[in-house]
Amino acid sequence: MNFDLTNALFGLTGGILIGLSAALLLLANGRIAGISGITGSLVALKLPAAWSENLIFLVGLIAAPAIYALMASPPAIIITSSLPLLVAGGVLVGIGSRLGSGCTSGHGVCGMSRLSKRSILATLTFMAVAILTVTISRLLIVN
Amino acid sequence: MRNLVALLAGLIFGLGLVVSDMINPARVLGFLDLFGGKWDPTLAFVMIGAVAVMAIAWPIARSKPAPVFGGDMPGPASSLIDSRLVGGAAIFGLGWGLVGLCPGPALAGLLVGGTSVWVFIAAMLAGMGVLNMVKSG
Repeated sequence: MNFDLTNALFGLTGGILIGLSAALLLLANGRIAGISGITGSLVALKLPAAWSENLIFLVGLIAAPAIYALMASPPAIIITSSLPLLVAGGVLVGIGSRLGSGCTSGHGVCGMSRLSKRSILATLTFMAVAILTVTISRLLIVN
Repeated sequence: MRNLVALLAGLIFGLGLVVSDMINPARVLGFLDLFGGKWDPTLAFVMIGAVAVMAIAWPIARSKPAPVFGGDMPGPASSLIDSRLVGGAAIFGLGWGLVGLCPGPALAGLLVGGTSVWVFIAAMLAGMGVLNMVKSG
């Protein structure tokens, strides 16, 4: 995709909003804004005590882009993956984020910002594997 | 109040994903395609913004005896490095790289991203559910 200074500024602004959301959840409720942890807690046989808070957080997360689409232009979401790839990617993201106890938000934002060695290692690992995956996929498709 | 905070935090998080365009997998794949010749660094700016705010929030959290609306602050970060952490992160990275979606942007795209997002989320929830059962069993 095209990248210019506008994308950088919107990226930074969006990132600050994500940080403010995580800071609000931490300081007001004492909770870590890890999306895989919050979501994963709701697909378990034994629900956690804070399940309703987790569900309400997800309602907000899901509603925000729809509200934004009503007031401004709907966000472009370009997905070119085939059905098998979507299923495989979803299953791997689900299993991996739960097994590794975090995803881009939990390890990447909340963990790295408190210099957690676990989160830094996890983030470096999933970044490296994802970059490798994209690189190999592109080579396989092009050649 | 805790529920209201959770709703507000979810809304702000979702807005952040829209504003930064991280809700768009094509933008995320542009970052992950580091060697493709047209690298898109947007995701790095998002991480810098989010981590910077949280780097201020953590010391404030540590200085408070408890969260504003009750409960406990999270305990100190675990330092356990094991195969679950690294293996899980690697599996997650593989899935992330295949489609360009991770849990936050996938859920944020539920109402605005079409059927592909539904398929991805259904598969993701299944993966999470299966692992939860294995972990607790």
